[in-house]
Amino acid sequence: MFSHIRTIWLTFLHLFKKKVTIEYPEEKVKLHPRWRGRIVLTKDPDGGERCVGCYLCAAACPVDCIALQATEDENGRRYPEFFRINFSRCIFCGFCEEACPTYAIQLIPDFEMGEYKRQNLVFEKEDLLINSQGKYPGYNFYQVAGIQAGVKGKGEGDNEEPPVDVHSLLP
Amino acid sequence: MPTIYIDNKPYEVKEGKNLLEACLTLGFDLPYFCWHPALNSVGACRQCAVKVYKDEADTKGRLVMSCMEGVKDGMRLSINDQTAKAFREQIIEWLMTNHPHDCPVCDEGGSCHLQDMTVMTGHDYRRYTFRKRTYKNQYLGPLLHHEMNRCIQCYRCVRYYRDYAGGDDLNVFAAHNHVYFGRDKDGVLQSPFSGNLAEVCPTGVFTDKTLKEHYTRKWDLTMAPSVCNHCSVGCNIIAGERYGELRCILNRYNGDVNGYFICDRGRYGYEFVNSENRIKQPIIRNRTGEAASEEELMRSMGTILTHQKLLGIGSPRASVESNFALMQLVGHDNFYQGVSEAEAYLTRKIAGWMQTGSIRSASLKEIEQSDVVVVLGEDIWNTAPMMALAVRQSVVKTAAAQAAQKTNLPLWHDAAIKEYVQDQKGFLANITVAGSPLDEIAAHQQCLAPDDIARLGWAIAHELDASLPGVSNDESLLQQAQAIANALKTAKNPVIISGITCYNESILTAAVTLATACHAKVGFALPECNSMGLALMQAPSLEKAVDRMQREGDSFTVVVLENDLYRNISATLVDDFFSHCRNAVVIDSLHNATTEKAQVLIPSATFAEGDGTLVNYEGRAQRYFQVFVPAEGIIKESWKWLWHLYLLKMQAGNGHDHYPNELLEKLESVLPQFKGITKSSPPRHFTIHGERIPREPHRYSGRTAMLADRNVSEPKPVQDNDSPFSFTMEGFKGLPPAPLIPFFWAPGWNSVQAVTKYQEEPGGSLKGGDPGISLFKEPTQTTPLVFHEIPEAFAVRHQKWLLLPQYHVLGSGELSSYTKALQELSPQPSIALSAEDLQGLGVEEGSSVQLKINGTSCMLPVKIQKGLPKGIALVAAGLQGSPVMSWGEWGKIDGMTNGGE
Ligand code: SF4
Ligand code: SF4
Ligand code: SF4
Ligand code: SF4
Ligand code: FES
Repeated sequence: MFSHIRTIWLTFLHLFKKKVTIEYPEEKVKLHPRWRGRIVLTKDPDGGERCVGCYLCAAACPVDCIALQATEDENGRRYPEFFRINFSRCIFCGFCEEACPTYAIQLIPDFEMGEYKRQNLVFEKEDLLINSQGKYPGYNFYQVAGIQAGVKGKGEGDNEEPPVDVHSLLP
Repeated sequence: MPTIYIDNKPYEVKEGKNLLEACLTLGFDLPYFCWHPALNSVGACRQCAVKVYKDEADTKGRLVMSCMEGVKDGMRLSINDQTAKAFREQIIEWLMTNHPHDCPVCDEGGSCHLQDMTVMTGHDYRRYTFRKRTYKNQYLGPLLHHEMNRCIQCYRCVRYYRDYAGGDDLNVFAAHNHVYFGRDKDGVLQSPFSGNLAEVCPTGVFTDKTLKEHYTRKWDLTMAPSVCNHCSVGCNIIAGERYGELRCILNRYNGDVNGYFICDRGRYGYEFVNSENRIKQPIIRNRTGEAASEEELMRSMGTILTHQKLLGIGSPRASVESNFALMQLVGHDNFYQGVSEAEAYLTRKIAGWMQTGSIRSASLKEIEQSDVVVVLGEDIWNTAPMMALAVRQSVVKTAAAQAAQKTNLPLWHDAAIKEYVQDQKGFLANITVAGSPLDEIAAHQQCLAPDDIARLGWAIAHELDASLPGVSNDESLLQQAQAIANALKTAKNPVIISGITCYNESILTAAVTLATACHAKVGFALPECNSMGLALMQAPSLEKAVDRMQREGDSFTVVVLENDLYRNISATLVDDFFSHCRNAVVIDSLHNATTEKAQVLIPSATFAEGDGTLVNYEGRAQRYFQVFVPAEGIIKESWKWLWHLYLLKMQAGNGHDHYPNELLEKLESVLPQFKGITKSSPPRHFTIHGERIPREPHRYSGRTAMLADRNVSEPKPVQDNDSPFSFTMEGFKGLPPAPLIPFFWAPGWNSVQAVTKYQEEPGGSLKGGDPGISLFKEPTQTTPLVFHEIPEAFAVRHQKWLLLPQYHVLGSGELSSYTKALQELSPQPSIALSAEDLQGLGVEEGSSVQLKINGTSCMLPVKIQKGLPKGIALVAAGLQGSPVMSWGEWGKIDGMTNGGE
């Protein structure tokens, strides 16, 4: 009996405490930059698609909700022909972002993805690709990779010697 | 068996092996690069270091390269020693100083030996801050992509390409720390075995260019064990699918057949499966709306089947199951082979001889291990490529074995043995009509007309066994025969190789006689992947079917199984055949000239979409398994269709499915020559600990997204009732039995090098024995096959030429020719004559000549074939657009420049 009265009393006292809930959606939630929400595909500093279609995010995803197909443009630059995330399966764990070697896939502070139809939670590349570098500005994978894909020539990347002259026997 | 101590534990190992092989056999993980079980050791990469101790008291030990040190009884070594580990890690770190930051865009990634070894040694952080070396790449043709920056200078590529496969246009250039592996200039790699570089190279320097077109990581492929269906060798392959498309073919190790390698026709000839030209729906012609549903098809077939007599045309490229199901449907007497009379006759003969058990066929492994090889008449380089590669190994290995014996060097010590061997070779006599690349390594090489080849065969046999009839007093022939006979006399494991492309029975009987005289094994190359299986059914030829049709025609409905008849006999005959039949039902996977004639066209599965069994040239029955379910669910294996039709005809129950094993059991009881074929793979109910074997690796990705664009709720995975496999990633994760290995993978070993974990020992047989069941029994009663007729010497005929087919390894395969990359490498139709004949005709090389035979004629550009005997014309055969004729007959050639008509 006593405990019941105590509970009611304590609850009553809460009326005079500061509110922790907010008037969502009128009032927006404040999220931190590293909050793991909606997933985007970013672009590199010169505006090219960052994703190189390496399939690492797809392999890292514990619920297997990423599917893509890599393809190549005429310069040999890899990009995804299609890139699909089934957000009705995604658990927003962020593994894909951690696995991505090019900073292409990023989780952003946005959770407003509610849909009436589950089918609408299937996002294609058009829905994912944003025109920004996201959280990691300045990184361009093709600058540091060895291959020539229209971004730089052989031996012109960061920390590269000019190509070997096969005819030279000089030390 | 010597005992060695690894980290103080005793192990029994095999004598004559090196420490690396011994450690890998025992299941230890020891990193290596330059060593390859098929290429042996050179000690170039320094990656396989271990500590070896003098004796028990020695605590210091010394570092040695395990691949360069033989096992000795009582030897003590340590893999886990700190110095050895540090050394191995250091080696990787050095290799990595120049390695590009490419893994995400590298096609090797995920099945990369360098990745695996880096992880294995524990090197994980780059300390070197200086600049990386770079290289320019080369264009190497449509099959291989070159990315030289990734090279770690292990020399495997050139050792494989030059030493193993005998190519000479890939080499190592430049010097010291910037050696370059490539061609002297951009250009197509010439060897038809070049595709293996993609698997031999432990990094991503050489990768499969056709896979690049639709790139998929190894972990994302749905894979199943399969069998190459582009020639009669029957190499074991792994076929991989993603998103409903066949993506790549990989080698599947089989110690008895292809070992570590396959040819480029086998590796790249897969794209017909994805071809635009596929038949995707049943078609009923001559009505409005030709595309039909399954019910419509069955309804219309029902009326045909119950009211009309049936005649079935089988196929050497269809599985045993499909051919048998057709035989069941049409009845034994109405089943025909679907190949020309000449081909059917010769293949039936070969199958018959093999069945007697008086001669034994040689597997590729036995060819590799033979010490004397005699090739009679067959250009195996182009008709059975991997057999040619095996012959090359026999020549190389025999010389190596002799060197090892003389010098006491271990056989695995590749560099030392090569140094000693220099130009020494084992004995190969390569007797062909027009020469072949094997001539380079032949001790005895000659181009002769078919009859003369047979005579030479007989002459050799006579030298070996004087009771056999001799060939007349042809001096030069006898001299050659003596030379070859002398080699055969001392041979321990001789092999005689021949085939049917000379369309000459005497060559075959000469080969058999010769094999009997010197107790040799034989290898008869056949035209197609299941030629032997079809021949064993002992059915009459296509021409016989045409005859029958002309006689009783009209009332018959013909059922053609996976066979473009226009590729087998002349177009006039086929047209005639179809004009006589009442209805034509064709089951096939690709549209072709024959499917045009079909009133009813039924879509059949390719090797990747269905199960089946093929019998290779040596009588080895091998099962291939369905890789994926085609998007068009109506595409089914031919045997499934035919079985439905059979039930329809019998009006026996409906919906009762049949499975490959039941069909094969029935086959065994109807045709006892196939006894044992059911054992070629475990039955469909086979499970391990109640689990099926998954076709997908444990890290298969995208399951919940790949079909989400169509429907966000994932469909239930398709159930496979025909085999012990599942279409998912769930199931048994350990080592499956040898016939059921869908991919090679072991913890820490993601690349193809994981195969070691599946073998008894590196380069040995798979655990539990190599897959495949020989249908030919061990010889029980040895009544030798006796022949007597020796043909007359070949005589040139006035104004006439003996027509023989000339095949090309890349281009002549019917199905493989649908691959864009191979089309690019395929030669154009042409006719080849000797230089003298060309002069006699008064035409220039390159101009067109008219070839006339049996009332038909065609125009072909002419070229000179070096070495070709006079009076013979070689017509490029099997290419898209090349004419079909009666091989082995005589035709006329008109040079257009001197008159024509
Ligand atoms: S956040 Fe996690 S669950 Fe979602 S796509 Fe990325 S890896 Fe998959
Ligand atoms: S990990 Fe990054 S680069 Fe690779 S496929 Fe995913 S998004 Fe693209
Ligand atoms: S190209 Fe490949 S196989 Fe050849 S040396 Fe380099 S890493 Fe080795
Ligand atoms: S075509 Fe013949 S030799 Fe080549 S991989 Fe296929 S079966 Fe083997
Ligand atoms: S594998 Fe032993 S040195 Fe290369």
